[in-house]
Amino acid sequence: MNEILFITQWNIIRKDTGVRNEKVEFNNEIYVNFAAFIKALYKKEAISYPKFYKMDNLSKLGFLSAEMLLKDTAFLDRYKKEEIGVVIMNSSSSLDTDRTYNETIKDKSNYFPSPSVFVYTLPNILIGEICIRHKIKGENAFLVSALFDPGKVIESVKLILDKDHAQACLCGWVEVLGENFESVLFLVEKEKTLKENNLADDSPFTIESLTQFYQHKY
Amino acid sequence: MGDFVIGKMMRPVYIAGDNIITSLGFTTSEVIQRLESGIPGFQRCDDRLLTPTPLPLSLIKTDILNAKFRDILVMHHPEMREEQFTRLERMFIVSIHDALTEIAPEIYGSNSLLIISSTKGNIDLLEEGKKNFTDPGRIYLWKMADVIGSFFGFVNRPLVISNACISGVLALSTAARMIEAGRYDHVVVAGGDILSEFVISGFLSFQALSPDPCKPFDIARNGLSLGEGCGTVLLSSEFKKSTSITVSGSSVTNDANHISGPSRTGEELAMAIGKALKEAGMNPDEVSYVSAHGTATLYNDEMESKALEIAGLQNTPVNSFKGYWGHTLGAAGVIESIATLRSMVNNYLFRSAGFNEPGLPVLLNVIRENVQIPVQNCLKIASGFGGCNAAIVFRKM
Repeated sequence: MNEILFITQWNIIRKDTGVRNEKVEFNNEIYVNFAAFIKALYKKEAISYPKFYKMDNLSKLGFLSAEMLLKDTAFLDRYKKEEIGVVIMNSSSSLDTDRTYNETIKDKSNYFPSPSVFVYTLPNILIGEICIRHKIKGENAFLVSALFDPGKVIESVKLILDKDHAQACLCGWVEVLGENFESVLFLVEKEKTLKENNLADDSPFTIESLTQFYQHKY
Repeated sequence: MGDFVIGKMMRPVYIAGDNIITSLGFTTSEVIQRLESGIPGFQRCDDRLLTPTPLPLSLIKTDILNAKFRDILVMHHPEMREEQFTRLERMFIVSIHDALTEIAPEIYGSNSLLIISSTKGNIDLLEEGKKNFTDPGRIYLWKMADVIGSFFGFVNRPLVISNACISGVLALSTAARMIEAGRYDHVVVAGGDILSEFVISGFLSFQALSPDPCKPFDIARNGLSLGEGCGTVLLSSEFKKSTSITVSGSSVTNDANHISGPSRTGEELAMAIGKALKEAGMNPDEVSYVSAHGTATLYNDEMESKALEIAGLQNTPVNSFKGYWGHTLGAAGVIESIATLRSMVNNYLFRSAGFNEPGLPVLLNVIRENVQIPVQNCLKIASGFGGCNAAIVFRKM
């Protein structure tokens, strides 16, 4: 119980900035809209994953954020696929896509509900997309909170890691509602991986660390 | 770490109070009586505000719900008006109130937590007809949960879990783990979802709905039936007023295969079952009964049968409650677990409604008649969109 856990990688994606392990990855001076932004980010990640284009905006953001987080790490090789958990939190659940779907059933003379939109009216589909991409088969939890709540994320992750329901966790906050979005993800492990991330040190997985990373102005 | 039996090292988690609300009734006893009589709660619904085509739906009776809610409102919050609460909030409040009636007031204190499990919350607030609702912000699950939490005076802000059709089992698992870890002494888990045009049209677009009441595990099964439901369970570290039933293991896995179709092999659900049993320190042959997800879609039931075979539970008595009250989404794991707990308390297993002829790749021991039989340890399983699976083990002390 109460082992010390470490943040071995983290990143933030916002309209104006992308940060990985305190290093600014991009500064975005001209923001047009989410569609253009996410397309540029997809190109920047230089991956080929056709399913990406079918995803809703919440999944697109979380998916790319996880790509950025896992890139150049051996995280996925260190664990069995069922030893990795995914815990994501946000504020508006899938409301962004709920509204899109609702438009397709609002007007009885123009009624075209589609399963490919409806399936994204569940927030944990994002977790499913990340699991499919990286073959992660461990614990899942999608939590909903007014604001990014480091305490609740840590509590949820510790319930999984302290009792060996998993050995490592990808966790954080992925929120999308219209043109407002933000992603903050962390890899949490029981051992430090200093060499891998070229940091002075791996921060402990505490409310203080999460709050500091989240609130810092980059 | 490794092989030690965690259930014996951590403090036990008891089940201390519960409520089920479905088309079958408004208390656990009412609902269990209806289950014993074997009559499902589906009604053919042609209300165009809910469904574009007539469908069998299991709906909660609105007049009774509102009457019960008004009584509670007058008693606890006479300053508030009925119209300030949505249909789902009324369901949650009536359910939690009934489950906690006999429980001491300390249940709302700083060592307690309320967990809300829901897939779509107040999704009906997107409807044109509901544009004038007092607080449009209640479309947010956390805001709905805050309203429910403060209605009862919970000191801690509620935790909201929204993880498709495993939400209820995941909420129970989370609650049990919190108590074991000493994080809280009492956790109230409430799961609920309403039926709305939003949800019904979506499942119709998937061609996932059966034209007749669903037939889990049957050869003629032809899709799921939807239902409204709400349920509440109080988990506690104290035995004082509890039943002798504990949560002794749980696990969640992901198929990592497809966002809207289950695993082809059932391996990942089997993995969740295996891990949950291992945590409980239990062998498959010690499980008296499996309360399955059993949605009655072709693929779910197939996958579950394969998973149960892999897990060594092929011959264990199994049923699905969805033949009685349909798929109740975020409530399903909670209310089906409560019915399972009653089976344990009463040593009584329920017939799997809608099942006549086996139609799965693996021959399961589906329960055909209600039966009085010793029921010691039980397994509840669930799977959902996004490829998620969950398993939880209940033990009778």
